Amino acid sequence: MTHRWGMAVDLDRCTGCEACVTACRTENNIRIAGPEQSARGRSIAWIRVERYYEGDFPDVRVKFRPVMCQQCDAAPCEPVCPTYASHHNEEGLNAQVYNRCIGTRYCANACPYNVRFFNFGNPVWERPLELPLNPDVSVREVGVVEKCTFCVQRITAAKDTAKAEKRELRDGEIKPACVQSCPTSALVFGDLNDPESEVSRLSRSSRGTKLLEDLGTLPKVTYLQKQT
Amino acid sequence: MDIYAEQKINADLLRPLRRTSGWFYLLVLMLGGIILLGGGAWFYQISNGLAVAGLRWPIFWAFYITNFVFWIGISHAGTLISAILRLVNASWRRPVTRCAEVITVFALMIGALFPIIHLGRPWLFFWLIPYPSERQIWPNLRSPLAWDFFAISTYLTGSTLFLLLPIIPDFALMRDQMTGWRKKIYRVLALGWRGTTKQWHRLEAAMQIMAIAIVPVAISVHTIVSFDFSMSPVPMWHSTVFGPYFVAGAIFSGIAALMVAMAILRKVLHLEEYLHPVHFQNLGKLLLLMSLLWGYFTFVERLTTWYGNSSAEMAVFWETQTGAYAPLFWTMVFCNFVIPFPILAIKRLRTITGCVIASSLIVVGMWLERFLIIVPSLARKHLPYSWGSYRPQPVEIMITVATFAAMVLLYALFAKAVPIISVWELKVGAPVLSPEEEEERRALWRTRP
Repeated sequence: MTHRWGMAVDLDRCTGCEACVTACRTENNIRIAGPEQSARGRSIAWIRVERYYEGDFPDVRVKFRPVMCQQCDAAPCEPVCPTYASHHNEEGLNAQVYNRCIGTRYCANACPYNVRFFNFGNPVWERPLELPLNPDVSVREVGVVEKCTFCVQRITAAKDTAKAEKRELRDGEIKPACVQSCPTSALVFGDLNDPESEVSRLSRSSRGTKLLEDLGTLPKVTYLQKQT
Repeated sequence: MDIYAEQKINADLLRPLRRTSGWFYLLVLMLGGIILLGGGAWFYQISNGLAVAGLRWPIFWAFYITNFVFWIGISHAGTLISAILRLVNASWRRPVTRCAEVITVFALMIGALFPIIHLGRPWLFFWLIPYPSERQIWPNLRSPLAWDFFAISTYLTGSTLFLLLPIIPDFALMRDQMTGWRKKIYRVLALGWRGTTKQWHRLEAAMQIMAIAIVPVAISVHTIVSFDFSMSPVPMWHSTVFGPYFVAGAIFSGIAALMVAMAILRKVLHLEEYLHPVHFQNLGKLLLLMSLLWGYFTFVERLTTWYGNSSAEMAVFWETQTGAYAPLFWTMVFCNFVIPFPILAIKRLRTITGCVIASSLIVVGMWLERFLIIVPSLARKHLPYSWGSYRPQPVEIMITVATFAAMVLLYALFAKAVPIISVWELKVGAPVLSPEEEEERRALWRTRP
């Protein structure tokens, strides 16, 4: 049976510490834009923690929502790409072929979650910042769009290991960088095609909602929070 | 038509080809300089990446796509209008058609450049073209950008043919009139035109076919351009009205650009006897109709959005109505409707000067309209955390200015090589003047010194 990767995000557990953001940056060789370019909207963060404030001072509540690519089943970013750089792979991931991307940025406009990012320049890592680059992840050049991959390199590695050991993948064996680094275990990753997996169980929870569900994008990320 | 009148038409319309004043060279030099600066700006952008533009997350489309839609819109000036006027056999069209058709061809060339300028990796633009490659990858035919490629290349081919077909007899005329190296060039361009009955029949038949075929092509082109927006779930983009709204806006801005061009040609090339106030009167009426249509579409689009009251769309709605983009929005309404409407509706104001004022405002207003469709929606997409704002950078402004210069330069060079008014069509059409036109022509002759 093919896999169908998904994630559950427990907003009641999220403390907004942004460890996931940092981990993702290190794992996926995300470029450093610098303070000046960041202020001009050129920084890249495959996962971000959105902060929303509810109520008026002094009764203010802060809400955190980690937002990464929702890996939609009906992804608006895919049909609009003229070169198939943005496409659906057989495990349900919205894959991006950097080499095929010519930078129309149409996918980034079509994405309702704004989780696609454009390389406004060539990435630069000043010495010694190039040393921790992850050899399993390609560095993106100027003019291409990039996005969260659910750490596809870890998925592939885990599948290879399981195959070498002649066994099935275990639930929870694959942990994308954000999931691995979350101190409150607010993020859970797994196979939605396996009804016994934790992510499947959480996705069916009555606490679960999808982000911008009414747009009909069929996201594979479920947000859990206390329903009032 | 007597031989003297024919000779006079020849003399008047071929004068710009025969004599060139120093001002022309100065103009070419100036425009060429601006275009070179624009080219330099593009080169600077390619070598530094789009970081030098004002684009940012999440506003990934702005000035360049605005220019793209604007120029493709302007291109509806010619072919569509001249095709419609040919089909309804409006005899006053004769001096207007060619200067309209030229706008189409050049505006399309410039417009088609912008999707390439805006690419992250413009050197790979040819991946949009379906060509058999060793990797056996075709463009994604589900993408409106792939549709754009087909629409624009079809329209460019069609409108180039539509422009060139009726020039053939004029090329032959110039072959007969000119001497030296020009004669040689025009001989090649005239394609062996001898003016036999058979050739005239074939030309008429070809023009009839092209005039009918080009209308659906022109309408589909701007509909497909509108699909670039309406096919994505972006607030206030995802709208069923966009197809006709864009087509109406395109014809609107196209007529306006045509009237400005006509007024300039009339003054600079001394064509007062050929481009009459009646042409501006008639085109002014058409422009009035399009202004009303544009106002209607804008009103309908805004009203349905407001009644629909979807939270994401209302964010964009208020941003344009009262927010940061409100000054631009209301300038657009004034330029496209409030000021042109009385000028074009009242006959006494619908003079050449009045039409030029209205048209210039409309060209500005329609550019703003394209900008206001694209940018505020991207700046206010669904999740408020990802809202942003856009400010154009010098590179974008420079390239934009350069394309306007390129339009003027191409137009000026064309007017030097080909009579900007179709000589043979004018001669054919001369006897069937309406009494009104006849009177007007007489009045003009009287006032000539």
